[in-house]
Amino acid sequence: MTEITEIPSPFCGIGSDDLSIQVDGVKLKVTANGCAVNTPAFEQAITDTQASIAGQPASLAEAVAKAAQILRDTQQPVIGGCATDVNGMRALLAVADKTGAVVDNLNFNVARRNILALQDSGWMNTTLAELKNRCDVLLVVGTDLEAFAPRFFERYLWNPESMHLADTNNRQIIYLGKAPSANASTSPAGKKADVMTCADADLPEVTAVLSALLRGKTLQATSVAGIEISALQAIVDQLKAAQYGVVLWGAGALGFEQAELTVQTLCSIVKDINLQGTRCSGFPLGGKEGDQTANQVCGWTTGYPARVNFARGYPEYDPYLYDTQTMLNNGEADALVWVNAFNANALPPASDLPTIVIGRSGMSFAKQPDVFIPVGTPGIDHAGHAYRLDNVVAIRLKKLRDAGLPSTAEVLTAIEQAL
Amino acid sequence: MLTKLTGGRVYDPASGIDGQIQDIYVQDGKIIDAPTDGRPVDQEYDLRGKVVMSGAIDMHTHIGGGKGNIARTLLPEDHRLDPVHRTQITRSGNGHAMPSTFVAGYRYAEMGYTACFEPAVLPINARQAHMEMGDTPIVDKGGYVMLGSDDFLLRMMTANKDQKAINDYVAWTLNASKGIGIKVVNAGGINAFKFNQRKLDLDEKNSHYDVTPRQILQTLATAVKELGVTHPLHVHGCNLGVPGNLETTLNTIQGIDGLPMHLTHIQFHSYGTEGDFKFSSGAAQIAEAINKNPNITADVGQILFGQTVTASGDNMRQHANHRFASPNKWVCMDIECDAGCGVVPFKYKDQNFVNALQWAIGLEIFLLVEDPWRIFLTTDHPNGAPFTSYPHLIRLLMDKSFRNDMLATIHPEAQKMTTLASIDREYTLNEIAIMTRAGAARIIGLKDRGALSAGNHADITVYTENADRQTMFSKPDYVFKDGTLVVKDGEVVKVTWGTTHIVKPDYDISIEKDLKAYFDRYLTMKLGNFKISDDEISEDGRGSLTVHPLRGSVA
Repeated sequence: MTEITEIPSPFCGIGSDDLSIQVDGVKLKVTANGCAVNTPAFEQAITDTQASIAGQPASLAEAVAKAAQILRDTQQPVIGGCATDVNGMRALLAVADKTGAVVDNLNFNVARRNILALQDSGWMNTTLAELKNRCDVLLVVGTDLEAFAPRFFERYLWNPESMHLADTNNRQIIYLGKAPSANASTSPAGKKADVMTCADADLPEVTAVLSALLRGKTLQATSVAGIEISALQAIVDQLKAAQYGVVLWGAGALGFEQAELTVQTLCSIVKDINLQGTRCSGFPLGGKEGDQTANQVCGWTTGYPARVNFARGYPEYDPYLYDTQTMLNNGEADALVWVNAFNANALPPASDLPTIVIGRSGMSFAKQPDVFIPVGTPGIDHAGHAYRLDNVVAIRLKKLRDAGLPSTAEVLTAIEQAL
Repeated sequence: MLTKLTGGRVYDPASGIDGQIQDIYVQDGKIIDAPTDGRPVDQEYDLRGKVVMSGAIDMHTHIGGGKGNIARTLLPEDHRLDPVHRTQITRSGNGHAMPSTFVAGYRYAEMGYTACFEPAVLPINARQAHMEMGDTPIVDKGGYVMLGSDDFLLRMMTANKDQKAINDYVAWTLNASKGIGIKVVNAGGINAFKFNQRKLDLDEKNSHYDVTPRQILQTLATAVKELGVTHPLHVHGCNLGVPGNLETTLNTIQGIDGLPMHLTHIQFHSYGTEGDFKFSSGAAQIAEAINKNPNITADVGQILFGQTVTASGDNMRQHANHRFASPNKWVCMDIECDAGCGVVPFKYKDQNFVNALQWAIGLEIFLLVEDPWRIFLTTDHPNGAPFTSYPHLIRLLMDKSFRNDMLATIHPEAQKMTTLASIDREYTLNEIAIMTRAGAARIIGLKDRGALSAGNHADITVYTENADRQTMFSKPDYVFKDGTLVVKDGEVVKVTWGTTHIVKPDYDISIEKDLKAYFDRYLTMKLGNFKISDDEISEDGRGSLTVHPLRGSVA
């Protein structure tokens, strides 16, 4: 039994890299700095280590050969999931290039809310260390931050020391939209967040008012979606008086139509504050199950984020057409490859197509896929790289145990070689 | 295998060879002396009538790192105009302003380039830079690590830490980030922008730290020199793009007190305020200052007309310039108490007075700097133009009548504000070989590259002589990388993987004590998780590290 320290997590998205884990054979136990997201993700037991073909045990070589055979006979395979590390994505994109596949990250419909805003007008954003050392006013829009990342406040806001704030207890936390589900946002000294709630579906209107107030427009209404205009004016004033304000949102929580326009409104608010003479930055959440990793690697390999089609022999990007579920619904795909090395519960969508699953050990299927190859989890079974939510920082994942599971990259590279 | 390249006209300035007919022998990836033991040649290339140079080296090109990937993601419409099909041997991708990594590697090789250096590797983003460069085929690569706006350095300087401690920090960062040089971008300015300063002159203090850009430049240039890093401090100056920044640049040259310093994309820092539009060329004064100060080198950062995207660490200046964004979308980021970045698409227009004069200023600098060993051919890819425009730029430098024909088409007021028409100089093939090969290898500190004498790596480019230099340099007949034929008739015929060039200066390990405390208190990562290990470069089975000697050490 050994204990490994300073372990980075690919699960929480916020790059926690201070976990201690006890390794007993292939059993892991988080002994320090775990949380509700990371601890179960690390501790999940290995069940299957053997590949299968139509539910029957098969050797890795047989499963690889079968997968290659399926892909060889396709016109438009779809590779969904795309939840793995950098090397896994590299191998995945090589397979897609060779087979003319669609590559589609499972989180793209959420990430799209940010990407469309980025591709239409851009943004001014910041990263975790700036937040930790500079942010004196944090506006959290439409998201329950501590449910997303239980250690966000502890690691990045209630840090006892900060380079550019006299006392981190004095940070002003404002929630707009959703209320926090617990008390992580209350400072160690007891200062509570300001909370102004509204329904998710009202956020477009509320943020539009915020934007109008910032631009000095006169409003006839005295309240919007149950929030007093004066309260929104107070938020504007606080952001404009801040040393370094941050506007944080979680695209995943913006579950309404055309949420990209609300993201765009938030981004324009940030830009406007900077134009009016105060520093302010945006901060989008994300980074879970390899979504930033998929977008980054797909970005440098194709020029586009992770929803592309290689069918014409070169990558084409469309944020709507190449949605896995849409392609399945419309009968536009003839094979499905599902890759998820992080989450055994993230199963492929139901489909009658020939299906190859390259997944974390422990997946249980209602209908056995044609090929299932259990793979190791990056940061547990093999070393690798994963991107944090803030997109700049790639963390170096460690190998913690040897369970004999191949990596996503090894399996996909073997399939590519066999094509 | 013994390969003989027979009868080519060789331009190898590092060996003093200026257009002589010579045979070159290659074995095991290296150039060797003519064998005297009579063993047979396995493969011979008849290069009679061809021009032979070593593989070209781009000493400043943004090919890897987060801001480049933001630029890619930002501009899907630009990629759609330039799709690149996969072939039996090459991967698909997209090109134009900020190409995908595979396409960048192929296109550089297809232009006869065999090495590229990313000039803005943020230490915290170095992993990404290396991963992107690791997916850039054929060419060798390397990076200059950015310091100068990181809080750790500014805290050290404010606390009056001695030069030795700063040298240790600089050396530690070079090792941890796997770089070959040190870069400063708008010294202290990226940091000052986080404190809401919107401009920072050479002698202006950071509003929080008691430090000026001039002090930062002196401190880091001294560190680079004392550590023995061959590449001089690589400086993106203050006030990029600001009319009148000519004075800042001249001051920067004077203020470095004779220390080695490389001024990058100097075109963007050579502007006066004369004329009706209060924007004029400072090229003559800048070139004169370079000519007079042998410690100074520069690359130009030529702009060429058309759509591109600017991607810079200088978010202070990029934010100020966002109003010129075309199309109108842009990104600025503050990054990890380390640095920042700004990405602003630009469309340089020949009928825009400022753009037209920028074009002329860059060419004036090329032509007025006398020593080709101290000036380098860059467009600051993609900031001035995509690297694929180099053959066009070479023609502008080598062909006066072509240059003057182009000059006659730009904004008429810009034509009046430039002396370009009166400059007769035409670069020779030997001077092009110096700027893009021998000089680049020397300034970066690459041992056994950029030359064709025995012992050098066999990175060799062969062109067909053509009076139209753009055609000639667009499509080499052959490109050899480490002795392997990788390009024939301007197309990739074999995909290989280049090495990553680094330096490893020594440092006192006790610097990690301060750094560990700093990381634990203020940063978001453990010190041990920050440092890039060798196997991160090599574990994909393609990458490798090549360590180059420091100054004064035995090569």
